[in-house]
Amino acid sequence: MVVAAKTGNEAMAEAMRQINPDVVAAYPITPATEVVMIFAQFLADGLVDTEYIPVESEHSAMSACLGAAAAGARVMTSTSSQGLALMYEILPIVSALRLPIVVCEVNRALSGPINIHCDHSDTIAARDFGWVQIYAENSQEAYDGTLQAVKIAEKTSLPVMVSTDGFIISHCMEKIEMLPDDEAKKFIGEYKMEKSVLDIKNPTTRGALDLQDYYFEHRYQTSEAILNAKNPILEAGEEFGNKYGRKYGLIEEYKMEDAERVIVALGSTCGTTRDVVDELRGKGEKVGLLKIRVFRPFPAQEIATALSNAKSVAVLDRSDSYSGQGSPVYVEVLSALFKNDKKPKIVNYVYGLGGRDINLEDIKSVFENLKKVDQLEEKNYLGVRM
Amino acid sequence: MVSIKELPNRKEPLSPGHRACAGCGAPIVARQVILASPDPVVVVSATGCLEVTTTIFPYTAWNTPFLHNAFENSAATMSGVVAAYEALKKKGKIEGNINFVAFGGDGGTYDIGFQSLSGAMERGHNLLYVCYNNEAYMNTGIQRSGATPRGSNTTTEPAGKVRQGKIKFAKDLTQIIAAHNVPYVAQSIVGDWVDLTRKAEKAFSIKGAKFLNVLQPCRLGWAYNPEETCEIGRLAVDTGIWPSYEIENGILKITKKPKELKPVEIFLKKQARFRHLFKPGNEKIIEEIQNETNRRWGILLSNDGKQIF
Repeated sequence: MVVAAKTGNEAMAEAMRQINPDVVAAYPITPATEVVMIFAQFLADGLVDTEYIPVESEHSAMSACLGAAAAGARVMTSTSSQGLALMYEILPIVSALRLPIVVCEVNRALSGPINIHCDHSDTIAARDFGWVQIYAENSQEAYDGTLQAVKIAEKTSLPVMVSTDGFIISHCMEKIEMLPDDEAKKFIGEYKMEKSVLDIKNPTTRGALDLQDYYFEHRYQTSEAILNAKNPILEAGEEFGNKYGRKYGLIEEYKMEDAERVIVALGSTCGTTRDVVDELRGKGEKVGLLKIRVFRPFPAQEIATALSNAKSVAVLDRSDSYSGQGSPVYVEVLSALFKNDKKPKIVNYVYGLGGRDINLEDIKSVFENLKKVDQLEEKNYLGVRM
Repeated sequence: MVSIKELPNRKEPLSPGHRACAGCGAPIVARQVILASPDPVVVVSATGCLEVTTTIFPYTAWNTPFLHNAFENSAATMSGVVAAYEALKKKGKIEGNINFVAFGGDGGTYDIGFQSLSGAMERGHNLLYVCYNNEAYMNTGIQRSGATPRGSNTTTEPAGKVRQGKIKFAKDLTQIIAAHNVPYVAQSIVGDWVDLTRKAEKAFSIKGAKFLNVLQPCRLGWAYNPEETCEIGRLAVDTGIWPSYEIENGILKITKKPKELKPVEIFLKKQARFRHLFKPGNEKIIEEIQNETNRRWGILLSNDGKQIF
């Protein structure tokens, strides 16, 4: 293991260097720009031999990635917020064509108003485009997740986005352990696509017009493929753990064994919550954290099981929804629990939009409020001036 | 140039039985361009007539590898394909030469796909972009585009009691792409196979980003008899409506120079999309079209043989 101090962006760029993708097509956007900048420098210094396409927009970035992946290349890109939004049109085409593109995504609030800081509105809005979604808690997970993403993508023939919290992870330096280059290459292995558009001897037509008689079946297949991705994700996390000591699953339970009050969250907020859990546990309070690492496929049963013994649960959403019934993560956790016999009391907190800080006191207040969960509204806003 | 005797020996790229209209010029463009390649061809197409009529799942008319992504990104998609080819070739994972052709209609080229095309041209990928330009969004029912000519009737800028079809002239995309300083751009038509084959062949022989803008009469949107497609294409050249020329390494060359241009009415009259222009009171529009045609032709003539980029 190589120990180094890396920001989330540096960690992802280092993973990309080790992966040495055949093709990278990318366009700069804060706060993901560095990933591509650092990677471009690797290219300029001869550390990778990727065909790099500095495109004129994110739309073209994802379009070029699709073309390259259909041609059998190992393909990566990086983006954020508006950039991902500009890719939205192409994201479901990528998954329908079953192309294993990996995106290093840095979570940033969607405009408007324009804002460059973290929330999850960009990737959460992309949750049903047929991509596997992995949320990293810190730089280490960003690095590890990027390597695993390549393996998951190629095993499932599905695209994967690994995301970090903008600035909070992307620009924050942490100590991480990196695999030696040859070990990283060994972990991801070689990639060969079965039928590529470069196969001139066996020509295939990709992206055909699919009407009433076939579209439905093909969408069903994408749905099946995403749900079936659970095992490959677990296998990659398990293999990584066995080899390098850091095991990954779909969810992570922290001090959940006898936890009565639980916070469910994604991304860097899990790190903050861990500290609070430790502190409150020190005072004898039965609190725990349930981290959702993989949001697509959604680990519904795993979450329901993990929460079945809790008394009260707060689901923290870093994006809002206008359904009046809670935000996306909450709604999905709630419906996962609905099928369970044992249901805790559950509430939703929308927090941290546009990079609004969430600190230890905020998390503590949520745990405190969970003591009197019956008095809470179903949907709450944490840290907003009303 | 490849001889007409040799052409039938090349692999037919597009099977019959596709669902293009009788008399459609788009498959003619696709076949003539691809057959001009001495090497195998990989095709990308934008959403549009060519794509929807040839790839209705589970059928395909394509005997070449074919990829469709979306409407506005045929050029960007192809830049990815070409990059993959170069990466895999460098790593010894693929052998032999392949030519890459990206098709787009005028909607997918002049309008919504313009940025993607401009980016790909600027980056200079080794590909040929072919616009099969039928001067409107024909696939969705004849809506106007940036390529629609002055006075033409379309469903989104129709002729009516007080308006007479499109108000503006088409933008000159061929010149705009030439201004990207790419090594080869050309205009051709459906109806002159020698010209189109020669230009496509030349484009394939040049490394870098190339652009062909092929005027493709559309019997549906232009409204004429299906057997007249090639004739109308040729009339566009004879009247100066669509000059046949190329710009190679910045030097402009008119490739078909009529001694005297025929009046534009001959071209306009054959098509119902211009029918309203022949109503009393609209003479001025035809005059405008004639004047603009003369002006653009004059610029080309004065630049013939000159380094313009």
